[in-house]
Amino acid sequence: MDRRKFLRSVALTGAAITTMKEADAMSILSQSFQTTNAAAKYDLVAVMGGEPEAMFRKAIEEMGGIKNFISKGDKVCVKPNIGWDQPVEMAANTNPKLITEIIKQCFEAGASEVKVFDHTCDDWRKSYANSGIEDAARKAGAEVLPAHQESYYKTVSIPKGRSLKSAKIHQAIVDSDKWINVPILKNHGGAQLTISMKNYMGIVWDRGFFHANDLQQCIADICTYEKRPVLNIVDAYRLMKTSGPRGRSLSDVVLSKGLFMSQDIVAVDTAAANFFNQAREMPLDNVTHISKAQQLGLGTMDLDKLNIRRVRI
Amino acid sequence: MLKKIRVTLSVIIVFLITFYFLDFRGFLPDSLTFLTEIQFIPALLSLNVIILLSLILLTLLFGRAYCSSICPMGVYQDFTAWLSKKFNKKKRYRFSKAKNILRWSVLSATVIAFIVGFNFLVGLLDPYGAYGRMVTHLFRPGYLAGNNLLETIFTSFGNYSFYKVSIYTLSVSSMIISLITLLVIGYMAWRGGRTYCNTICPVGTTLGFLSKFSLFRVQFVDEKCNMCGLCSMKCKASCIDSKKKEIDYSRCVTCFNCIEVCNREAMKYKIVKRKKKTLTDAVPAYTYVKEGLPLEFTNHNKTELPKIAVKTVNESKRRFLSASLVTGLAAGKLLAQQISGDILPKRELKRQTPIAPPGALSFDHLREKCISCHLCVSKCPSRVIKPALLEYGLGGIMQPKLYFDRGFCNYDCTICGDVCPTGAILPLSVEEKNHTQMGQVQFILENCIVYYDETSCGACSEHCPTQAVHMVPYKGHLTIPETDISICVGCGGCEYVCPAIPFKAIYVEGIDTQNIIEIENEEIEEIVIDDFGF
Repeated sequence: MDRRKFLRSVALTGAAITTMKEADAMSILSQSFQTTNAAAKYDLVAVMGGEPEAMFRKAIEEMGGIKNFISKGDKVCVKPNIGWDQPVEMAANTNPKLITEIIKQCFEAGASEVKVFDHTCDDWRKSYANSGIEDAARKAGAEVLPAHQESYYKTVSIPKGRSLKSAKIHQAIVDSDKWINVPILKNHGGAQLTISMKNYMGIVWDRGFFHANDLQQCIADICTYEKRPVLNIVDAYRLMKTSGPRGRSLSDVVLSKGLFMSQDIVAVDTAAANFFNQAREMPLDNVTHISKAQQLGLGTMDLDKLNIRRVRI
Repeated sequence: MLKKIRVTLSVIIVFLITFYFLDFRGFLPDSLTFLTEIQFIPALLSLNVIILLSLILLTLLFGRAYCSSICPMGVYQDFTAWLSKKFNKKKRYRFSKAKNILRWSVLSATVIAFIVGFNFLVGLLDPYGAYGRMVTHLFRPGYLAGNNLLETIFTSFGNYSFYKVSIYTLSVSSMIISLITLLVIGYMAWRGGRTYCNTICPVGTTLGFLSKFSLFRVQFVDEKCNMCGLCSMKCKASCIDSKKKEIDYSRCVTCFNCIEVCNREAMKYKIVKRKKKTLTDAVPAYTYVKEGLPLEFTNHNKTELPKIAVKTVNESKRRFLSASLVTGLAAGKLLAQQISGDILPKRELKRQTPIAPPGALSFDHLREKCISCHLCVSKCPSRVIKPALLEYGLGGIMQPKLYFDRGFCNYDCTICGDVCPTGAILPLSVEEKNHTQMGQVQFILENCIVYYDETSCGACSEHCPTQAVHMVPYKGHLTIPETDISICVGCGGCEYVCPAIPFKAIYVEGIDTQNIIEIENEEIEEIVIDDFGF
C-alpha cells in the first residue's frame, strides 16, 4: 500500500465514521468482529457440576469448538481476574486450571501467541504468583505480561461511552487479534457484582476515573470499546458471596461448580448474576451496569429470548 | 597473601550487601540478611549476644578485621582511596598522631545521645546505616534505571524477563544526608584513607580500643627493618610510625598493605609476645631509598614538618565539615518550610500521627532501635515505607514511616520485619501481621463520592482486607462506606485507592503504640447450589 492509497483509505474511513455516527453501523462492524469462522450453535452455554477445565471443555464443545472463535495465526490475549494476592481457595481470582485449559485450546486452534495479564489491585508480583495464574499460564505456553505501569497502556477512544470517552487500555488487548474475557463471579462492595463487564477494569489503567465518575456507567461504557472479547467465560467454580472482591475468609466462598460462556456480555452476566442469587440475594436492579450495558446495545438481559444450552456434568 | 585474602573477602561481602539492598526481584536468598545482622551496631541494638561476642572475639584475636572486611563503609573508603591512586600515582600516606580526644568525644557524644533517646546521631554515624542509606538513596535509582533500560531492550525483542519499575525520590532530606555522607567520607578517604574510621566512626573507636590488645598484630621485625618508611607510606590508616618502628594498633585495620609492600620482609602478622623494651636499630636509618622517591622526604626535619602538615590539613577539614553541616541543616530547614508552607494545607486529610511499619511496636521502640539503614525502605515490595522528616521528633529523623501515595501495605507481607537487622521492626508471622494494627481508618463523609455524586464507588471497601471498611445500604441501590476501627490494620489500601479529588474521603491515622486486633472467625455455612438459577 503506498502512501496515497493509505491516506485515501484513512480519509474514507474517517468520513464513513462521521456520517455513520448515529446509525448502528458501528455495532455491525464490531459484531462482524466477534463472530469468526462459523456462527455459534448457542447464544449461551451454562455448565454445572464439573472441574473447571472439564466444564470449559464441555462448554466450548457445545459452542462448536474453539476454532469457531480462534483462527490459525491469531494473536490471542486471555484476560483473567488476577486482582488480589489471594490463593485459589479464596475465589478472589480466576481459577488457574481454567486458564491453563483455555490457553492450551487456543494453541491447538493455531494461535500464534497467547498473552495473559491483569491490572491488579494488590501488589502485582504477589497477585500473579499467589493466584497460581502466572505459573499455570507460563506452563501452558503463554506469555505473562506486567501491567503495573502506565507505559504498558495505549489511549483509545470510547465514542459510544456516556461518562467515559477515552481510556488507556493495555497494549496486549489493543495489539491482539482476539481476546477472551475470563472473569470470576464475585460479590463487589461498589458495583455489587463483578463478572465479565467489571473484569474490563483490569484492562484499563485509570480505574480511579471510573470510581470518581459514576462507576456503574463507566463499566458499561468501557464495554463499548470496539474490540470485543470473542468469548466471555465466567468462572463460577467457586464464587465469593460476601466481602468481595477481595474476601476475608473461607466463609465468604461457596463451592458452586458452575461455568457460563457467551459472546453476549450482558446475557452472560445476567445468567451468572441469577446463579449468584442462589448463594445470596442480590437483586439484578442493584447491579445497574448490566442494565446500562443493555441500553448501550451491548446485549440482552432477556434470557428467555436466547438459545441457551444447560449442561450438567 | 594475607592482603589478597582480605581484599577478596571485602569485595565479596560489600558486593553481596550492596546487591542485597538493590535486589528488588529476590534473586538473592533471604538468608543473606545475616550480612546486615553481623554488623556491629545492628548486633548491639538487637542485643544479639552471640554475634556481638563473636565480633569482640574476632577483634581480640585478629584486630580490626571487622573494619577491614565486614563493614561496607570501610570497603567504600578503600575503594575511593584506591581510585585516588589511579589519579595520582605518587600518592602516599604518612603517619599522623591519633586524634584521641576527637575520637572519644564523638563516641561519648553518640553514647550519650543514644541514652537520652536521640538516636539520630547513632544512625547518622553508624557506618553500616550510613552505607545502607547511600545505597538506597543514591545507588538504587541507578540500578532501577539500568533495569528499565534492559527492560526496554529485552521487551523490544519479545522477551519479558524484565519489567519496568518507577523511579522517584523517596525523601529529599535523606537523599541529601546520604549524598553528604558519600561526599564527606569519600573526600576523607580520597585524601587520607581511613580517616573517617579513625577519627569519627564510633564503631572504629570502640573496636580500636579492643584491637590494642589483640592477639595477632602486625609487627616490625627489628633486625630486618631498615626504616625505609615504605610501610608508613602505604598505610591507609596512617598508623605506622616507621621512624620509631611503632604501630598504633587502635587505628590499624589489619589491611596488610604494609606487609605486602615491605621489601625486606620486615613486617609480620603474628602473635604478640611480651614486649621487649629495647629499641635497637639493626640497620642504619635511611640506607635504603626506593627509586622514584622525592628527595625532600629523606631530607626533611623529622620532628617539625609532619606537625605543620597535620595542622593545615585539619583546618581545611574542619572548615569543610562545618560548612557541609551548616549547608545540610539549612537545606533541611528550607525543605521543611517548603513542605509546611506549600503542600500540606492543600490537603484536608492531614495525618497527625505517623504510621510506623508493622512490628515496630511503638514509636519509642522504633526511635530507640532504628539506625535508619533503610533496608526496609529498599526491600518493601509495595514501596510504602519512606524516611520520616520530623514526624517522630528530632531523634527520629530518617526513621521509616508508611505513606500511601504510591501503594499500600500488603496484608500478608512481612518483609520489613524479616529484614530489619536491629530489631526496630520485629519479625512477624503472617498470622501476627494480619492482626497488627498500625493505624486506624478515618472516614470523611462529605468528601465521599457516594455522598456528593450519589454514584457507586466502594473502592475503599474493595481493598480492605479485614472489611474494617465495608459498604452498607444508602440511598436507593447505592451503598456507602462504614468503618470499624477495631478491626482496622491500617494498611492504607482505602486511602491509596480513594478516587475522591482534591481531598480523599478516607485515610489512616497513625497510632503511637501498635495494637493487636481481634477478627471474628465467621463460621462457614454450607451452601449447596444445584440449579442454574435461570
